Amino acid sequence: MSSMRPIHVLREQLVSGTLNAVALTEAVLQHVDAVEPELNTYVTVTAEQARQQAAEAADAFARGVARSPLQGIPLAIKDNICTKGVRTTCASRILERFVPPYDATVMQRLQAAGAVMIGKANMDEFAMGSSTETSHFGATRNPWGHAEYVPGGSSGGPAAAVSAGLGAAALGSDTGGSIRQPAAMTGVVGLKPTYGRVSRFGLVAFASSLDQIGPLTQDVHDAALLLQAIAGHDPNDSTSGDVAVPDYTEVLDRGVRGLKLGVPREYFVAGMNAEVEAAVRAGIEALRQAGAELIDVSLPHTPYAVATYYILANAEASANLARYDGVRFGFRAAEPADLSDMYMRTRAEGFGAEVKRRIMLGTYALSSGYYDAYYKKAQQVRTLFRQDFQRAFADCDALLTPVSPTPAFRLGERLDDPLQMYLADIFTIPMNLAGIPALSVPCGLTTDGLPIGLQVAAPPFREDVLLQVGATFESITDFHTLKPDGLPVTCKGDGYGL
Amino acid sequence: MDYECVIGLEVHAQLLTYSKLFCSCATTFQADPNDQTCPVCLGLPGVLPVLNRQAVELTLRTGLAMQGTVATSNRFARKNYFYPDLPKGYQISQFEEPLIEGGCLNIEIDGTTRQVCLNRIHLEEDAGKSIHGENLADPNKSYVDLNRTGVPLMEIVSAPDLRSPAEARVYLQKLKTVLEYLDVCDGNMEEGSLRCDANVSLRPVGTETLGTRTEIKNLNSFRNVQQAIAYEMERQRGVLENGASVVQETRLFDAARGVTLPMRSKEEAHDYRYFPEPDLVPLQIEPEWIERVRQSIPELPDARRQRFVSQYGLPAYDADVLVASRAMADYFEATVELFPQPKIVSNWVMGDFLRELNQAHHRPDEAPVSPTRLAELLRLIDEGTISGKIAKTVFEDMYRTGKGAGDIVAEQGLVQMSDSDALREVIEQVLAGHPEQLAAYRAGKEKLLGFFVGQTMKATQGKANPAMVNTLLRQLLQ
Ligand SMILES: [Zn+2]
Repeated sequence: MSSMRPIHVLREQLVSGTLNAVALTEAVLQHVDAVEPELNTYVTVTAEQARQQAAEAADAFARGVARSPLQGIPLAIKDNICTKGVRTTCASRILERFVPPYDATVMQRLQAAGAVMIGKANMDEFAMGSSTETSHFGATRNPWGHAEYVPGGSSGGPAAAVSAGLGAAALGSDTGGSIRQPAAMTGVVGLKPTYGRVSRFGLVAFASSLDQIGPLTQDVHDAALLLQAIAGHDPNDSTSGDVAVPDYTEVLDRGVRGLKLGVPREYFVAGMNAEVEAAVRAGIEALRQAGAELIDVSLPHTPYAVATYYILANAEASANLARYDGVRFGFRAAEPADLSDMYMRTRAEGFGAEVKRRIMLGTYALSSGYYDAYYKKAQQVRTLFRQDFQRAFADCDALLTPVSPTPAFRLGERLDDPLQMYLADIFTIPMNLAGIPALSVPCGLTTDGLPIGLQVAAPPFREDVLLQVGATFESITDFHTLKPDGLPVTCKGDGYGL
Repeated sequence: MDYECVIGLEVHAQLLTYSKLFCSCATTFQADPNDQTCPVCLGLPGVLPVLNRQAVELTLRTGLAMQGTVATSNRFARKNYFYPDLPKGYQISQFEEPLIEGGCLNIEIDGTTRQVCLNRIHLEEDAGKSIHGENLADPNKSYVDLNRTGVPLMEIVSAPDLRSPAEARVYLQKLKTVLEYLDVCDGNMEEGSLRCDANVSLRPVGTETLGTRTEIKNLNSFRNVQQAIAYEMERQRGVLENGASVVQETRLFDAARGVTLPMRSKEEAHDYRYFPEPDLVPLQIEPEWIERVRQSIPELPDARRQRFVSQYGLPAYDADVLVASRAMADYFEATVELFPQPKIVSNWVMGDFLRELNQAHHRPDEAPVSPTRLAELLRLIDEGTISGKIAKTVFEDMYRTGKGAGDIVAEQGLVQMSDSDALREVIEQVLAGHPEQLAAYRAGKEKLLGFFVGQTMKATQGKANPAMVNTLLRQLLQ
């Protein structure tokens, strides 16, 4: 069984010298070798680069200049975040051999912090999916439930990697729940920041007005550390907010006494999994007992979230994915007869079925004669979502909801039922539409031994409130310390490299 | 039936910014194919546009100079279509919310001033260039040069206010002049920094409803604009007179044959699926910015023409010719500064100078004869050092060699003969050499004075001071 410890614990060991950065990375790479055949969490493992970065970190520790809390920390990076010199595939055939000549802003920041990249983690193709089954490189399996279940998606690779100890933490991206839902399904912490909190420069776009990069970690403290490293204004991303970044670790031990926490009634719907509902309600009750005041709130437009999202996200995607035409980079169909044949076959052969479905839906929603009824109407409804949340936050500091109406489902179970798959994101999509931050923390296990997540949502740029509530929850529960059973044992004793 | 022609022009002007609209690549064009590109203008995955504020400023300057209204909040939109020279598969343009709404431009037609209204001015990025042809490495392939991709363009859309091909040409010429004065576009139509599409329709004289229009593309000179519209007018008239209807379509002008031809419908059937560009935030234009730009607007051609008449006492014709090009007007003023006789300067600039420029295909600021050099030449004439006639050949030499007037006059010994004793000697020889003409003159044939002047000039290789020659001849002939 893996026994990867959280970043803040590794940090203490690295600083005290009881753990060596090179040994840590070697242990993770060894574990990856052992576990990957079963889980398939990585598209590309960058072992050589990781060893070099680990050696640099070890050197910094030796010279006493390792100041960043991420120095020498092994991370998994979702494969839609551009990494200079390392292929960035978006788990798509069309980008199978695409090697970016530049780093995403978040990668520049992680490198400046001395972090180690273990590899590029698997995902749904172009982040379009909720199970990591649409990857061109095969499905990722959930480390929980004997690898018979999906890890959620689209950041299923990063979530599974953190859950299985194949990295101390990870970066994912969240367009409609793609960080929070897999975090909930794999028993880790996932944070989707406010739209504009973290630079999108270098994140391969799915839906530009919804996408946001964020951390997947073993606990809330780590989420604070990783968010701290990547948050802040970026002149290369006009949509990133010029808003000061507070010290996120300062709020972790403040407790929730005096906080007003809203419980939106629309998030407990008929037909949701009973064990999920029970665990989430128990989690909410635990926070009440810790001193929070619970308030019944309403977010009346919630039932329109999925429809609104699939119009807007797909419309933007249909334009964002137009550049994959075989002209300048990426996959090109062999021996095209003419230009139109090259376009059509490149895209027909390069994209998977789900991506093509969404491009067609998005193109339709923007078409002349349909624009007003679909795209424009959806934009108007989006404004209503913002207003829903504004009204709710007038009465409370944060909201508590389930992350997903069900725990992880079995591989293949929903692959032929896109609508059922889309509903997996019903409780996470509204936050993307409103642009507000939200956190997923583990809050229980089903009788089948599958993790359940509790979602905390806060007003724009109030990630500090999420972390405060999340850290308090972890201080009164121990769900975040549970680890999946049944993985190959590669590390004996106390843990890595000791 | 009599038809009236209704024309609107859409003009794309390449803005004079140092860098592209959404990245920091340079906009100059000496580079090899695809040298002036970066991940952003190549449309690589994950990159984002960052708006060049200088391009916004130049568009504001244009809009304010033409009395347009600045939208205080406006946004960019994606115009979606597939083409190999369009890397992102969409062009970032403006659709529902242009930067400038309204505005106007005054043009002179047959001595009267007409106001042409503008619909809008918006900002967009240029596409790249597809290259096909036999001279390429592999003639069976097409190549793409993306140096031009992302270069800022300003699209100036006129109302359908123009009524004839000649008016359309005058409007375009005036627009080019104004853009040059504003320092926002170099106005070079051959190199494509100014491009024009024309919307043309006919309607029965006296009616208000617009007829079905066609859009003509590929008009890359003033002459083409006039010619293409004239052809299209006649074509539409023929269609209507045959009882048929004009088809709304896009047509290309074939300059070699002087005709417009329909584009293949496949190329035309675009649904651009415009929607707001989510990678850019709505652009807020603060009132202070607008005020600052308003202050920076230079004197425009109409105002300058009036000033040339009132300040320098130039005839209206001279003022028109000089202000038609900002560089020409600047040249004139710089010369007058050094040689304050405006009409003489104007004659030289519009005459000899302009002729040399046209022959050499120079812009005024590229001419080998600077205002300082021209003023030096004019002073030599004014002081009587050289004759006006010799000055013309001196000017040609100056233009050819780049030397100063004083040097050329000295080298070639062209100083005017103003020594009356020496001149008297020459004239006495001329008279002695033509006894018959002398006798005839004395017998009353006074027209022969001109003959003796000519002979004297010839004998001095044109260096004699003509006024002195006249005076001396009259004395000696009495
Ligand atoms: Zn560029």
